[in-house]
Amino acid sequence: MAQQAGAGRRYVRAFVSGFFVAVPVTVTVLDRFAYVARVEGASMQPSLNPEGNVTGSDVVLLNRWSVRNYQVRRGDIVSVLSPKNPQQKIIKRVIALEGDFIKTLGYKNRYLKVPDGHFWIEGDHHGHSLDSNSFGPALRTPWRARCSVKCCVWCSHGVSCQVFGVQTTQMNVVWHIRGFFFFQVSLGLVHGRASHIIWPPNRWQRIEPSIPPERMPLLNWHADATEDEEKD
Amino acid sequence: MSTIWLFFVFFLRKLSGLGASASWLCSRLPGRFRSVAITVCLVVTWEVSIGGDMFRRVLGKTLGFLGYTVQYGCIAHCAFEYIGEFVACSGPSMEPTITSHDVVFSERLSRHLCRIEKGDIVIAKSPFDPHMNICKRVIGLEGDKICTSGPSDVFKTHQYVPKGHVWLEGDNLRNSTDSRSYGPVPYALIRGRVCLKLWPPHNFGALNQSPTGRIVKRSD
Repeated sequence: MAQQAGAGRRYVRAFVSGFFVAVPVTVTVLDRFAYVARVEGASMQPSLNPEGNVTGSDVVLLNRWSVRNYQVRRGDIVSVLSPKNPQQKIIKRVIALEGDFIKTLGYKNRYLKVPDGHFWIEGDHHGHSLDSNSFGPALRTPWRARCSVKCCVWCSHGVSCQVFGVQTTQMNVVWHIRGFFFFQVSLGLVHGRASHIIWPPNRWQRIEPSIPPERMPLLNWHADATEDEEKD
Repeated sequence: MSTIWLFFVFFLRKLSGLGASASWLCSRLPGRFRSVAITVCLVVTWEVSIGGDMFRRVLGKTLGFLGYTVQYGCIAHCAFEYIGEFVACSGPSMEPTITSHDVVFSERLSRHLCRIEKGDIVIAKSPFDPHMNICKRVIGLEGDKICTSGPSDVFKTHQYVPKGHVWLEGDNLRNSTDSRSYGPVPYALIRGRVCLKLWPPHNFGALNQSPTGRIVKRSD
């Protein structure tokens, strides 16, 4: 009896001490060093999720240590906390940093200077499909419309979209939206930099920073005195 | 090259596993630390294999100490990140509620559980400089209608707070740059809610309600 009680107490103590070691270390590693996340959605095709949800989503490794001082580079794929929903993270490519002049596609201002403390992110995909559950009952005839802020859950201050096609299967409507996702976000919202794709195995690769040539910033307000020579 | 040589030395002394990790770590360091690290590793290897039992005990104790440091560091990080932290405020924008050089305690739980409410004083990252923190009061949540014109303007202008944002204003309206100048602030930039004032001691305790009367009534 006494031995059993002793063994039980030893087991509980071992469990509690192991728990208090493992949980804080795991939480600290996830908060400070690396984070693993599954990418959902098609806004970053063809870099991430090239086949959509058919063969499974990509899983990326987010490096949180490299953004601890809010240092991002143009062309990086970063995850940021969404300004629209604080519990959601969005993953996009950095196109311009503070002080850059850029030419926007479909934003209310044609040319824009990115303000201090902000950076400009865009998705790689230039067309997008959505499920009708966001929009309501099905329509039978195709129609063109410029979607307004109220009707479109995807319209933030940074989305311009043109609804141009509809196909119906009973209650499911697929809206083909020629849309393009772009945001100007504060640097304080940056969460991590996507450095590697780690799943599925045939897509193991290191993500290299690159900007599509037509989206390069026009010029930079602050002189580009020192370029960061990071040996990653 | 020198890291390969280092690994070879470790291998000779039958410490291959430790040698592999040590050489990899040394190769990641920038140049000026690398030579120091390699020298330290060589000295340690030599002492461990030659110095005998006593040095092994010292090394074991050092590693144990490092382990405890890592563990308590992680617990401290979790406490400051998820429970609360101490903040020293500076600036006149929250007078008379909080004056310069006051120390307050801000708790993080309500931010992570999304329970920040109107009238709370919050610490947030500045939208224009992520290294700076701002301490302001929440005047309106998403969907609220804020009156952005001054009290002396004839025509009143209003603005709606967009989804996922909050409207922050300091208590000292005349001397505060807040949402009236830079617009609504994303909720995700909020770090914590100030709940207790700790210093100066004669002002210890909970914080007062808003003296400005600018908090938006319940919107319908």
